[in-house]
Amino acid sequence: MDKQNVIEVEGLTKKFGDFTAVDAISFQVARGEIFGFLGANGAGKTTAMKMLIGLSRPSEGKGKVAGFDIDKEAEEVKRNIGYMSQKFSLYDDLTSKENIRFYGGVYGLSKNRIKEKTQEILKELHLEEVANRPVTALPLGWKQRLAFAISMVHDPDIVFLDEPTGGVDPHVRRQFWETIYQVAGQGRTIFVTTHYMDEAEYCDRVSIMVTGKIEALDTPEKLKEEYNANTMDEVFLKLVRY
Amino acid sequence: MIKVFQAFVKKEFYHILRDKRTLLILFGMPLAQILIFGYAVTNEFNDAQIDVLDYAKDETSMQFIDHLQSSGNFQLNKILYTETQMEAGMKAGDSKLVIAIPENFSADFYSGQPVKIQVVADGSDPNNANTLVQYVTQMVNSFQMERRKVLPNPYRINVESRMMYNPQLVSAYNFVPGTIALILLIICAMLTSLTIAREKESGTMEILLVSPLPPLLIILGKVTPYAILSFTNAILVLLLGHFVFDVPIVGSIGLLLLMCFLYVVTALALGTLISTVSKTQQDAMMRSLMGLMMPSMILSGFIFPLTSMPILLQYIGQIVPATYFIEILKAVMLRGVGLNFILYEVAILVAMTTVFLFFAWRKFKIRLE
Repeated sequence: MDKQNVIEVEGLTKKFGDFTAVDAISFQVARGEIFGFLGANGAGKTTAMKMLIGLSRPSEGKGKVAGFDIDKEAEEVKRNIGYMSQKFSLYDDLTSKENIRFYGGVYGLSKNRIKEKTQEILKELHLEEVANRPVTALPLGWKQRLAFAISMVHDPDIVFLDEPTGGVDPHVRRQFWETIYQVAGQGRTIFVTTHYMDEAEYCDRVSIMVTGKIEALDTPEKLKEEYNANTMDEVFLKLVRY
Repeated sequence: MIKVFQAFVKKEFYHILRDKRTLLILFGMPLAQILIFGYAVTNEFNDAQIDVLDYAKDETSMQFIDHLQSSGNFQLNKILYTETQMEAGMKAGDSKLVIAIPENFSADFYSGQPVKIQVVADGSDPNNANTLVQYVTQMVNSFQMERRKVLPNPYRINVESRMMYNPQLVSAYNFVPGTIALILLIICAMLTSLTIAREKESGTMEILLVSPLPPLLIILGKVTPYAILSFTNAILVLLLGHFVFDVPIVGSIGLLLLMCFLYVVTALALGTLISTVSKTQQDAMMRSLMGLMMPSMILSGFIFPLTSMPILLQYIGQIVPATYFIEILKAVMLRGVGLNFILYEVAILVAMTTVFLFFAWRKFKIRLE
C-alpha cells in the first residue's frame, strides 16, 4: 500500500439479494485530502461508506482504510476513524462536557486525556460558558461543530462525514467548511458525502456515484473542464442524464 | 473495558434522572399500581344491590330478607311483585341479583318440605355474578341452621372448607406477586426497548456501532442500569406488600430474589428483542404495551384465572413469561416451597430467555451485516 494513501478500494461490491447497491467501485484517497463522495439519493453512497467504516461487510472486492483490511480488520479500522452522521448524534439531555467525556470514554481515553480533550474542545469552540448546559439548548451550528470535534476525540487519521451539513443554513454551512479545512490542514483526511453540489467545489477531489458505480472521479476543476460545465451542479446533471 | 462500561452506565443514569417521564414510570408506576390494586380493586363485595320477588310475604320470608342484608354484602334495592319486573332492575343497572322466594315459604320451611329459592344473577359480569351467587348460597345455609334449630341431618354431607396459604382470601396475596411481575416487565422490557430505540432515532447508536465497542457491551451498558433499578423496585414492592398489606413471605428470600433476577433477565432479553425490530420510540412503546403489558395483565392468570378461558387464550397465556413468574412467586412467597417444586416453571423461563436472547442477537447481527 502506498504510504500516501489512507483509503484504497478495489472492486468493492455490495449485493442485497439480486440487487447490486454498490457495483465494483475502485478509488484511492491520499493523506490530508478532502475527498467528496457525491451521488443522488439511492446511488449507493451510504452503502459504500458503511463498508468503509466497518458497519457492513463487502460482498466482493477489497479495501483498506488507515492501513487495515475493512473486512478482516474491521475493529482496527474502527479504532482509527472518526464518524459523524447528518443527525449530529449528540445526547441532547447531556451537557457538552458530558458528551465529550462519554465519547472519550467510549474510545478508551485515559482520565487525564479526557480532561485535556474536554478543555481543548470547549475552548476551541468557545463553548466554555455553556459547557454545563444540556446540548438541546445549543444553536444548530454549534451542535454541528461540537459533533465534529467529538468525532475526532480520539485523534483518528480519517474522519468520515455523512452529509454533515444537512438541514443547516448556508452561512453555517460555510463556517463548517472552514472548520473542515482547518482539520485537513492538520494532516487529517476528510471523507465527506453530500448532495449539495456547491460544497463539492470545496473538495480536493470528488467522485460521483450513479446507480452503484463511480462515474467520475477527479478534481472539481478537471471535471468541469471534461464535462464542459460551469458548475459542479451541471457536471452532476450531465452525468445523471446518461 | 470496565472503564468503558462505567462510562456507559453513568451516561444511562444521567438519561434516566433527567427524564421526568422515565422517572415517573420508574417510581410512580409501582406505587400507583400497588395502591390501586391494594385499595381500589377488590373482589370482595359490600352492599351489592339486590331485588327480591317475595311470593310468600310471610314472617319467615321477611326474616330471610333481613338475614341476607345482615351480612353487609347485600342491600335491598326493591321488593318486586310480579315476575315481569324481574329484569327491570338489572336492565337499568340498579340491581345485580334477583331472589325469588316461593309461596308458602314459611310453612314448607318449617315442615321440612323441600323449598326452592330462585336466584337470578346479572351474567353480564360473570365473575361478580358467581361471587354473589356463592354469597347467597352461604347465607341460605346459615339461615337454615339458625332457624330450624335442628341438628343437621346426620346423612347429609357437610363441607367444611379451609383456605390454605391464604385463609382469609386476602386479595393482596394475589396482587402483590402480580404487580411485581408487571412492574419488572414494564420497567425492564419497555424502558430498555425505549432507550435503545431512542439511540437509534437520535443517530447515536450508529456512532456507537462505528466505535470499536463490541455490540454486546453496548447492549449490556444500556440494560444494566434498568436491571438495577427494576430489581430495586421489585424489592420495594415486596416490602410494601409485606409491611403495608401483610403479605407473608414464607419461603426462602434468597430464592425469591434469585427468581426475581431470572425474570429481570427474561424481561431485558424481551426488551432488547423489541428494540431490534422497532425503529422509533413510538414503535417500541406500542409493541411493548400491546405485546407485553396487555397479555401479562390479562392472560397471565393475574386477574382472570387461565383455566376458565377459551383454549386459544389458554395457549397464548402459556407463552406469556409472567404466567410462570407469578406461579413461581406464589409458590415461594405463599406456599414456601423450594426450588425442586418450581423446576418446571424455572426451566420454561430459562428456555424463553435463551430463545429471546438468541433472536435478539441474530437480529442485531443481521442489522450489522
